[in-house]
Amino acid sequence: MTSGTLLRQITDYANRADPYPLYTELRRTPVARQDDGVYTVSTYWEILSLLHDPRLSSDLRNRVPQPGDALPLEEDPSLPVSFIRLDPPEHDRLRRLATRPFGPPKCPRRVFNMRGELTRMVSDLIDGFQGRNQVDIVDDFAYPFPVAVICKLLGVPRQDEARFHVWAEAIVAALDPNPAEGPAERQRASQQARSEMGRYLAELIEEHRHVPGDDMFSALATDHGPDGQMTPVELIATGVLLLIAGHETTVNLISNGMLTLLRHPDVLKRLRDDPGLAVPLVEELLRYEPPVQLLPQRTALDDIDIAGTVIPKGAPIWLVLASGNRDPKRFPDAERFEPERRDNQHLGFGSGIHYCFGAPLARLEAQLALTELARRLDNPQLVNDPPPYRRNPVLRGPRHLSVAFDDLLA
Amino acid sequence: MSVDELSRAFRQHGRIVIVGASLAGLRAAETLREEGFTGSLTMIGDEPQEPYDRPPLSKQVLLGHMPADATPLPRRRALDAQWRLGVAATGLDLTGRQVRLADGEEVPFDRLLIATGTRARPWVKEAEADLDGVFVLRTSDDAARLNRRLTARPRRVLIVGAGFTGSEIASACRERGLEVTVAERGPAPLVGALGGVIGAVAAELQREHGVDLRCGITVTALEGDSAGRLTCAHLSDGTVLDVDVAVIALGAMRNTEWLAGSGVAAGPRGVACDAGCRAFDIHGIVTDDIFVAGDVARSPHPLFGYQFLSLEHWGNAVTQAEVAAHNMISSGPDRLPYLWVPAFWSAQFGVNIKSTGVPTMGDKLMITQGSLAEHRFTVAYGFQGRVIAAVAFDQARWLDFYRRLIETAAPFPLEFANVDRRPEGLRAVPSEFPDPSLPSHGPTVTLSGYSPSDRKVTFTPARM
Repeated sequence: MTSGTLLRQITDYANRADPYPLYTELRRTPVARQDDGVYTVSTYWEILSLLHDPRLSSDLRNRVPQPGDALPLEEDPSLPVSFIRLDPPEHDRLRRLATRPFGPPKCPRRVFNMRGELTRMVSDLIDGFQGRNQVDIVDDFAYPFPVAVICKLLGVPRQDEARFHVWAEAIVAALDPNPAEGPAERQRASQQARSEMGRYLAELIEEHRHVPGDDMFSALATDHGPDGQMTPVELIATGVLLLIAGHETTVNLISNGMLTLLRHPDVLKRLRDDPGLAVPLVEELLRYEPPVQLLPQRTALDDIDIAGTVIPKGAPIWLVLASGNRDPKRFPDAERFEPERRDNQHLGFGSGIHYCFGAPLARLEAQLALTELARRLDNPQLVNDPPPYRRNPVLRGPRHLSVAFDDLLA
Repeated sequence: MSVDELSRAFRQHGRIVIVGASLAGLRAAETLREEGFTGSLTMIGDEPQEPYDRPPLSKQVLLGHMPADATPLPRRRALDAQWRLGVAATGLDLTGRQVRLADGEEVPFDRLLIATGTRARPWVKEAEADLDGVFVLRTSDDAARLNRRLTARPRRVLIVGAGFTGSEIASACRERGLEVTVAERGPAPLVGALGGVIGAVAAELQREHGVDLRCGITVTALEGDSAGRLTCAHLSDGTVLDVDVAVIALGAMRNTEWLAGSGVAAGPRGVACDAGCRAFDIHGIVTDDIFVAGDVARSPHPLFGYQFLSLEHWGNAVTQAEVAAHNMISSGPDRLPYLWVPAFWSAQFGVNIKSTGVPTMGDKLMITQGSLAEHRFTVAYGFQGRVIAAVAFDQARWLDFYRRLIETAAPFPLEFANVDRRPEGLRAVPSEFPDPSLPSHGPTVTLSGYSPSDRKVTFTPARM
């Protein structure tokens, strides 16, 4: 089997439920050139070192067009680029500005202070299972919870959820690098969604500017720091990023987590008896079933010699985080789910300057959600194994997760 | 008994004594237990407290954000050790295998780990050092006392010495809105550690934050009133400063006095040891039962010309302790070399400074990312055509990459294209260390591998 077909197999929907044997295969060649000119990197140390390598750009404008390249170079110039797709110094400035109302040093307790509210949201959603003996963990819990959280955090009215859910779906679909399924069409839909979402956010942010609340959009619209302020266009781009990243990945973390727990009933029982287990367990989940499976948008700014291969300047690079997370050269017993694993420096949130902005919040959400599900569902059982998956190979997670249970505990 | 049997017997029933109950001592003890040592373990420390963390003392504690006694080191595991805290070791009987304690007791051992660290260098004149208002900062008690005095809002604080500790204290004082004068003998702050080019940035940072920074100057005398309270300081340029607090930040001294006459190669520069953390005796012969780790150790590093480096770095204390502990209960080929690439960090004036490699070896430098003017940059140091160190101001996430360049003896100047490279970063300039001490031989080895067990040294010819 050539590695080209191997990558095709990984992105193929048929293998979504269990791509891990394919990753094992992929790691035989840590840095592999694919048929379409993409370089895949699949081993832990190589991914980690490239994530810290300043010769790697996140800005697609640095890419030399490849025949059959899955990601389009044509970005609509009227649409702003968020900092996830920018390099320093622009990236650093925007990320610093976005961090001011979110975390240390200026707001060190923002996430911590949400704990009480998050706990209530989790309880309310589970209370809603009352009178049922089967729920869809995705639709009934893992989706509405992070959405409510991100709305609250950013200052987005909860009732607008239905609108931006449609936009988010379209934007996320375009991140699917599978060339077989009409990338151009998805791209157009995504740009359309971005424009509409941008107009929506522009209005919303204007409202917050006039009547600020205790939320991030208000702070971003009114706060002045050493770096000044975001321009309106930058604010919208950041808003789109935070809104989408804040609600598309945590869904997968929670549903992948529940799925993994149901497949390991002993661990589920231990979590029920000892909520403290949630902390290392969520780290292990981020290693074992990371919501972001790969980063398909890095580009080499120079020839990079790594693991015996030279990645040429301008070449697109895919960093396969989920494969690195199961590299036996880094993690002993890497294919095993070990909730108390030590030395667990996984790649679940990436690394380097693009390290997941929302990591502290995602951790807290997953810890609270899984602990409460484990505690309150009496004798939970997986209805379908494997469950149906979402299309996207980049942001991988179940589309539905039906769970049956005997009773709902108080 | 065969070597293997002896080794197994020692792991089960041996007696290990660790002198020094701070970061290195604690991590060594934990590693011993982690790796299956079940014999007796004694921890000796001269401070009464349980092992605690020092970096917060000059930062959060001096800002009043955290009490000085609230920085205990997290425990990795239960230790099952005999703790002898609040009593200093005063001597070592190498042949009788005993450590003498200040209370007269003697503690026998089969293997010993020396992890006694350093203490603050006191003000040169004893009578002046005793004045009320003159402080050093090394222990949690020091931090508690200094914090109390800063909370009482002195009129002006004088900091003697602008190395990392002095600069961090100055930063904390300014953040509390106190008037601060920093007196530094060299041409700029941090100049001994990072050179004049980067020192100039540190000087700008201090002045922008309202520090009265005076370089090229020494404090000649501290003066008190009749009640013994500090009132003023005399500087070498003839000026007299009214100050009620002076913090002496002139570096550290290694705690080796207790080893005098023991036969171990201990002196003011530390305890010399081999790359496996085994101490040398005074003849330069390696002992096999006396190990050293942390600030007090001096060990040769192949990557840096086999220079004996003594590093007062937090990460050094941890990693060296782990290697020392592993080697204490391993024999022959199972022993690991200590191949850590030096790294340290500092936080001051709102900037996070991080370093990897040995900047003081670098005779040239280039700003490879960011810009000096923005006070946000990464600088690579070069020595004889290779990268020897890198320092980041508010750009720490890139440093792993530079560490790999150092480990693989990558050529300097760095010529590859990378993000955020400005015109000023395209050429190498002298790094301006005041007194460069350059080792004599060139790049002969590189490091490979990641985990401790597959770290390897490979000889490579020097690049001409």
